[in-house]
Formats: sequence, C-alpha cells, structure tokens
Amino acid sequence: MKEPVVSFYNVSKSYPLYGHIRGVKNFLFDFPRNLTSMKRERFEALQDISFDVYEGEKFGIIGRNGAGKSTTLGLIAGVLAPNRGHVVVRRRVSPLLSLGAGFHPELTGRENVELNGVLLGLTRREIRRKMDEIIEFSELGDFINRPTRVYSSGMVARLGFSVVAHLDPELMLIDEVLGVGDIRFQRKCVEKMKSFKESNVTMVLVTHSVASVMNICDRAMWIDNHQVRMMGNPTEVVEAYAAANGVSIDTRAVNKSAL
Amino acid sequence: MSVSQRLSEKKGGTVSHFGNARNWENQRDILFVLLQKELKVRYNNKLLGYLWSIANPLASAFVYFVAFKILMRINVPDYPLILISSVFPWQWMSNSIGSSPNMFVGNSSIIKKVNFPRNIVPLCMVSNHMIHFLMSVPVITLFLFMYGRAPTLTWLYGVPLLVMVHFAMAYGIALTLASLNLFFRDLERLVHIVLNFAFYLTPILYPVETIPERIRHLLVLNPFAPLIISWRELFIYGSFNWAYWLICAGYGALFLTIGTFVYRRLSWKFAEVL
Repeated sequence: MKEPVVSFYNVSKSYPLYGHIRGVKNFLFDFPRNLTSMKRERFEALQDISFDVYEGEKFGIIGRNGAGKSTTLGLIAGVLAPNRGHVVVRRRVSPLLSLGAGFHPELTGRENVELNGVLLGLTRREIRRKMDEIIEFSELGDFINRPTRVYSSGMVARLGFSVVAHLDPELMLIDEVLGVGDIRFQRKCVEKMKSFKESNVTMVLVTHSVASVMNICDRAMWIDNHQVRMMGNPTEVVEAYAAANGVSIDTRAVNKSAL
Repeated sequence: MSVSQRLSEKKGGTVSHFGNARNWENQRDILFVLLQKELKVRYNNKLLGYLWSIANPLASAFVYFVAFKILMRINVPDYPLILISSVFPWQWMSNSIGSSPNMFVGNSSIIKKVNFPRNIVPLCMVSNHMIHFLMSVPVITLFLFMYGRAPTLTWLYGVPLLVMVHFAMAYGIALTLASLNLFFRDLERLVHIVLNFAFYLTPILYPVETIPERIRHLLVLNPFAPLIISWRELFIYGSFNWAYWLICAGYGALFLTIGTFVYRRLSWKFAEVL
C-alpha cells in the first residue's frame, strides 16, 4: 500500500492522577506525600500500541469506554505526548471538534466557520474561498447569520462537519459526533466521506456506532484494555468486538447509509 | 516545527509531526479572528459597548474620589486627574492578570482537541484589554482639558514605549498564571488577593509625594509602581521618566522570560490535565 500517514511504534501513554495536587494549598501542605504519589499513581491509557494508517485510508477505532480510544486521537492530534514509543504523523491534522467545541455561542455561524478554520490551521483567505460551499453543505440557510447559541445540536454538528470536510482536510480525526445529524444529513456525511476515498483524504474515526465502522471504514482496530486486541476487516472486527461484549448483532442487517 | 520540537523535549516518547506546521499568516489570522471575536461579542451594539468599557474604570475613579476627596478630605491638588491617569492603565493590568488564570481552563474544549499555539489565547486577551485602554485615552484627554492641561508632544513616543513595556509585563504574567492554573486550580483566588495588595501598594489612589521619604525608594520593588507612576507623569505633566521606563522594561523582560519558560515546560501536559 501507500506510505503510512500515521505510525505508532510501541506507544505507551499513562496519565499521572493529578487529582490530589489540584490546588496550591494542598500542594504546599502535603508536599512530600504528593511528590511520591505523583510518581506512583499513574493511569495507563495505552500500553505498547503499534499500528499504521495509510494514505487515503478510513481507519476505525472501536472499544469500550475508557479503553484508550480518545487518547489515541489526542496523540495523533499532537496535544498529548507519549511516555514511551514514537508517534509519527505526516499530514496536517484536522480534528472534527465534538459538537462545535470551537464555536462561540454569541458569534454567527459564518463567524464561527472562520474561527474554527483558523484554529484548524488555515488562513482567512483560504476559508473565505470555501465559505459558500460550507454554508451550502450545512443546509443551514438563513441560520448561518444567526448566533450559534440558537442552533439545535444537530445544526451545530452539521456546521462543524461541513467546516472540517471542506477545508481541504488531509488527515481527519473524528471522535463520535456524527450521530446527532438527522437521517438525511447522515447520508450526506457518508457520501462525503466516501468521496474522500478518491481525493486521498485519510480519516481516523473513533466511534461506538457499528454502522459507521462498517459503512465508512476500510480497516478497523479494536482497543481492549489499553492494548490492540484485533485489527483488520471492519466487519470481522465489529463481530468479534460485539461477541466479546456479549452483544449479538447481525452485521448483514446494518443500514448501508447510516452512521 | 515548533510542535515536534516542543513535544520531543519530553523524555521517553516522541512525537514527530510533519505537514502540521502553521505558517505565519495562519498564526496572525488566529490572533486576528480571536481578537475580532472578543470585540464583536463585547461590542455588538457599538456605542453602548464602548461606553461600558470606559464606564467601569470611570465609576471606580468616581467612587475613590467620593471616598477620599469628599469624605476623607485628603489634600491633593487635581485629585481627579491623579485618579483618572492611573486607574485606566491599572485597569488594563489588573483585568489582564485577573482573567489570566481562567484562560486555558476556559478554553479546554479546543485545547484538548486542536494543536494550535495556545499562547495566542492569553496574547489575544491582553491585546483585547490594551485596545480598551487605548480607547480610553480620549477620556483621559478630556479630563486634562477640564483641568486646564493638554496632551504634549512627549506622548508621541511616551505612549508607544509605555504600551510596549506594559504589554510585555501583562502578557508575561498572564502566560505564567494561565499555564500554572491548570495544575493548581485555586491559583485564581490567590491571584485576586495579590492583586488587591498590589492595588493599594501601587500609587493609584495617592500621588508618590505622600509616601514617606525613607521608604519611597522601595517602590521599585513593586513592578507596577514605576509603570503606573510613568503613565501618570506622562498623562498629567507630559514628562517621560527614562529611569522608570528602564526598570519597567527589565520587569517586562523578566516576566516574559518566566512566562515563556513555564509555558514551554508545561504546554505538552495541557491536554492531560484539562
């Protein structure tokens, strides 16, 4: 296949449990104990994970809550640093912010597109060129000129996805946010994502939706207990994952255009 | 470039990002859009927004005037000028410092997901307060005219030079506090106590001349004192105190260094603790 866009080489990530040094006061009064406990009490989020994501691939990550999926995305986005191992990312990362996290409620949709765009690494000139396309795809109509605090959660998600999808993404990171759009918009997202296949956009998708993994992804990875349990064909991975969790699903019955 | 460097400083694991480098135009645009956002949110109704931004310091100045001049009857000539010329610059400094602990915590949703130069957030906040201060200069001028004084040519270089050191000090402190507050969440309360001390120990409510001669030289130990005195002398008398300016510049450089150092050391941990 083509060159890997994301490579994890034996990556481990653990968090210190910062809970007990949450304040200056506690820190000063409990100094020696804090210092030792800070070194000892760590939460292992990922243990020795290795995988590659190739150019143009749609890569799904599934696993139970707290298995380390979001940590993986954080490492790809470059907001976290691993404790051991190497992470190599060779493209500009465009994270899809969950439910308009980068949106300011008092600004209009149009202004928020600009805000989100610059945070994702584009310049205002590039964003303005794409503005009409983004607005059209989001189907917000006149709402685009209203502050986003009056939007429904589905509308926010639609605008958020439109921004990321249209600002020339190279490597898209999606963390469980698409389910809120209505059924028609979901289909549109699936189509858009499928169109990325030709344009070589790489996508890493973290989700709990079996349908998303099967409909969008070329390959899936199941993270269980902070380690890679299985990697390969999405349908097989989903079946094994469901079976291991005592849920029986009929993968043939999954709606082909759902998320 | 900076991303991969910053992250790989950490012992053990490394992260290398290629193709994620942000060019200068993008960094400028982030600052611009964030600043525009702040101003838009605040000045939705343009005139009213402007009035609000000067109403607050003006109201405090009025309260001090009533308390000290009318009720306590202190004997200082042109007392309103003394107040006005120092309350506005102090407002810039104290607003910047006071809101800085919440800067990264308040923007956690973006910081956790997107890798952008986060120091732009406090940078934008300090610039925002700077704009409010600059817009209040006409009000200060108005008061000068009311007391038979006028702006002088010294302002042409005095104002930019003081803005520069004021900005450096405010941004350096803000960057430090914003970064530290992620790890010590009660820092905010501490900051407000210290700010309260600083307010009374800095010649804002009183002129320098009322400070006893034998402790007056200690003023330079308070980083805000030379700054506020310089602003006042510039506004009222049109004189520029180079010695004080150099002291402020020293403090500014010191705070910027500390801020950058703290930010560099801690920034890769931001997403972990938010």
